[in-house]
Amino acid sequence: MRRGLIFAGLIAGFSTLAVNAAQAVEIEYWQYVFETRVKAMDELIANFEKANPDIKVKQTTFPYADYQTRVVAANMGGKGPDVMQLFYGWLDKFVAGKLLQPLPTDMFPHDKIESDFFPIVTAMKRGENYYGLPTAVRSLALFYNKKLLKDAGIETPPKTLDEFVKAGIATTKRDAAGNLIVAGTTLDMAGQDHQWWREILVRQYGGAPYSDDNKKVTYNSEAGVKALKFYTDLQTVQKIGQAGFMDEGQAAFRAGMAAMTIDGTFRLGAFKSINTFEWGVTELPANAEGVRSNYASYFANGIGGKVSGEKLEASKKFLAYISSPEAMDIWLKTVGELPARRSAALTEANLADPIFGPFLKGLEYAHTTQFVDEAAQRQTAIDMANRVLLEGQTAEESVAQAAAAEQAIIDGVKK
Amino acid sequence: MASTPTQTEGAAPRRPTGPVWDRLSMKTKKLIWVWSFLALPILFYSVIRFYPTLQAFWLSLTDWDLMQPPVFIGLGNYKRLFADPQFWKVFRNTFTYLIIGTPISLVLAFVISYYLDRVKIMHAFIRALYFLPFLTTAAAMAWVWRWFYQPAPIGVINDLLGLMGLPQQPFIRSVTQALPSIMVTSIWAGLGFQIIIFMAGLRAIPSTYYEAARIDGLGEWAILRKITLPLLKPTTVFLVVFSSIGFLRIFDQVYNMTTNDPGGPLGSTKPLVLMIFQTAFSSYEMGYAAAQTVVLFSILLVVSLLQLRVLRDK
Amino acid sequence: MMSTDTNPKVAAAFGASIRPGRIIAWTLLLIGGLIMVTPLLFMFSTSLKTAGQVYDLRIIPAAPTLENYIKVLSDGRFMRWFFNSAFVAVTVTLSNVFFDSLVGYTLAKFEFRGRYLIFLAILSTLMIPTEMLVIPWYLMSSQLGWLDSYWGIMFPGMMTAFGTFLMKQFFDTIPNDFLEAARIDGLNEFQIWWKVAMPLVTPALSALAIFTFLGNWTAFFWPLIVTTSRELYTLPVGLSSFAVEQSIQWEMIMTGAAIATLPTLIVFLVLQRYIVRGVMLAGLKG
Repeated sequence: MRRGLIFAGLIAGFSTLAVNAAQAVEIEYWQYVFETRVKAMDELIANFEKANPDIKVKQTTFPYADYQTRVVAANMGGKGPDVMQLFYGWLDKFVAGKLLQPLPTDMFPHDKIESDFFPIVTAMKRGENYYGLPTAVRSLALFYNKKLLKDAGIETPPKTLDEFVKAGIATTKRDAAGNLIVAGTTLDMAGQDHQWWREILVRQYGGAPYSDDNKKVTYNSEAGVKALKFYTDLQTVQKIGQAGFMDEGQAAFRAGMAAMTIDGTFRLGAFKSINTFEWGVTELPANAEGVRSNYASYFANGIGGKVSGEKLEASKKFLAYISSPEAMDIWLKTVGELPARRSAALTEANLADPIFGPFLKGLEYAHTTQFVDEAAQRQTAIDMANRVLLEGQTAEESVAQAAAAEQAIIDGVKK
Repeated sequence: MASTPTQTEGAAPRRPTGPVWDRLSMKTKKLIWVWSFLALPILFYSVIRFYPTLQAFWLSLTDWDLMQPPVFIGLGNYKRLFADPQFWKVFRNTFTYLIIGTPISLVLAFVISYYLDRVKIMHAFIRALYFLPFLTTAAAMAWVWRWFYQPAPIGVINDLLGLMGLPQQPFIRSVTQALPSIMVTSIWAGLGFQIIIFMAGLRAIPSTYYEAARIDGLGEWAILRKITLPLLKPTTVFLVVFSSIGFLRIFDQVYNMTTNDPGGPLGSTKPLVLMIFQTAFSSYEMGYAAAQTVVLFSILLVVSLLQLRVLRDK
Repeated sequence: MMSTDTNPKVAAAFGASIRPGRIIAWTLLLIGGLIMVTPLLFMFSTSLKTAGQVYDLRIIPAAPTLENYIKVLSDGRFMRWFFNSAFVAVTVTLSNVFFDSLVGYTLAKFEFRGRYLIFLAILSTLMIPTEMLVIPWYLMSSQLGWLDSYWGIMFPGMMTAFGTFLMKQFFDTIPNDFLEAARIDGLNEFQIWWKVAMPLVTPALSALAIFTFLGNWTAFFWPLIVTTSRELYTLPVGLSSFAVEQSIQWEMIMTGAAIATLPTLIVFLVLQRYIVRGVMLAGLKG
């Protein structure tokens, strides 16, 4: 009888072990929908699961516009993701709402973070804690259609704003009725143009978009007005572009109907499929005095505020992997975003690369806007341009109105 | 000892029996049936319709961003709403959809149904042509119309205008033309339904009226004014209320036709429902959004009651 | 039974003579009808064109090709979305046909205390717009785990006041003698409803089914809010995200729209008589 009991106990013990081993820990990863990012993450997950057979990762995605709400609502219902992606500009909201937990320093020591990653990673620090790490960072550059420029007699891409306008004039084509067939440049405030205006043009005209503590809007100045005028003149005076042409700037460029467009590294994956013409990348135009600027941003990955136990361990491992140099390489190839680690980014190969080179150079003099509500602030810029283009408002009035609206957004945020 | 009732031949075998059941009166038995039929539905309506309504009202009095617990702020949301110029723009847009859309739609529908009623050759075919748009998915057709409205060389309408030598129109890229452009899409979709309903109403008018009018020598126009239209009033009232509610709640077309600048350009097409959607699911200000829904509810209520009152009295 | 073709009374009253005015009216109506379906024609014709041909205005494509359809359908997502919409629409329709009739019947055929109150209460829900309820529904769903599930998409519409009201109107017209006879025959109340009353209102049931199916097949707002993963999108929501993704590839967008629209069109063409009759019935009783 006794032997039977021991035997039974052993079996029970073994079967529990077996059951536990068979049950993998499942964690959830959330990001917003963007084809190349989803594909890249799928690959990363596959690699990670192969190396860690006891962990399964499920990826869930949402449209960008709803993403924040989903995370917040899910967290409220106790069903938040274990590892999630967030725009660096959302960090304040997320930390205040306890959606993230500080990265455990055993696996993510601060000194290593600060030495390995580009300095803009410090935007993920609040107090003494880091709340996330980026896989990739992005900057802006000028994409150009080699064929259209060549046909217009332009051998090298424009380096200054003046050359930019001249190139645009040379490549713009209209039909007999005056309709735009090929645009010299795309004009799409809803795309990256609002970043171009905010962090680059305003600075190139001698101003700054925000105060140093990011609490006041300072583009309501002569510089801001001149910057806006430059932008809207592209459509109304030089007539080298039209807001809304082909719906979206990147669509026009992809269709070969725009000679130039300003966009970010994340567009590289989409443009790779272009096979009807050759395109190139160059740094954003400098102004006449040689002043250059760029806008850098990133999405970081963090660990959910309520995650604990074995899910926390699994999440830490996953986060470590997706912030590893190997993951960054995969991301670079698939999405086209620059690695967030300096060593992975600033390789000789990358710097010499005709595509990545200009973006990397841009990172060196880039600024990062501390958004409080990116969608709303982007909308103020869209409306600002539309008021001038569609309603004929003067640049002075429009900038003033936009500055007031944006200041209200910044002030309205609860800390 | 259960007593089984005598089974009439051919009756279904599943009649409840048993000592408890048989001692109940007919009336009570019926009552039990009634309430067991109604139990689940009553639960459903309470949980799915009534409770959420109360919750929406309560939410509208709070400030809640889903991350911290809701904070009671009384009428704060409403004060903020009525002071917000964007709200008044949205309010104007919503009423523009209503005030211009409903009459155009109904007049068009009536004229078409009036003549279609008399058509004998290919009646079913022509009727199908008008009705097909009603069966389409608003979201899908919004994209078709969006393509139609593109500037040349992509957009069909502008291409046609170009062929005819007429100037290009910006349509959904213009602050003045965008709203009407989207409204056209909505009218187009709803016309078929209104035509069919009008035709049903026309059919319901007894032919004796027409015959009597003919004998009296009344011309067609007079018959229309004195007989047809008055007798169509219930149908007209129904359609006025129905389509008003539809226009006040417009969303699918606007959302899909302005994806890169929702409700644009410059908010000229944004109806109240889109504002609610953005407030709740992009800015996640649940309390503020709930207040907007209460306002929508009130508008619908007032407009419907007003219409019923005014149209019934006439 | 109402005829769904030319109004014979009108024709009789006004004579069937062919007058020039009549011909003009007929022609205008025909042209108007063709204009009405132009968007649909262009949608279908563009879906058969390649990207380069999108810009030529011919309704009949020069070289029609099915490659867009193959691309879209082999994507797999569309079939998934199609299935989701079908599942949701069918389930909700069946639920409405069952419950709305049951409640409508009960309110029509039984005398009991609270009958009027219940009727008014249900009717009053007609005044509550779904837009006001989506926020509470969303909160409810996220707390109960209904977000991103079929139940989450379906639950708000399982029973409707409109359907209940419609069925009640029709049940009101059934003579009680039939029901009494069934009672004498020993049928219980449920069987009386199911086997005696329901067959007598089939026109109303088909009208209800058609409306409910159509409404759920084309629903956009609530499914947009409650679904989070792409696999669960219903067809309208999926098409919308597909269209945004395709940016300016209009031939693909038109193909997607065509796939979304084709089923209802085919059903209509087959069941035209019933559908029109159903709409007329609903309108008259409404």
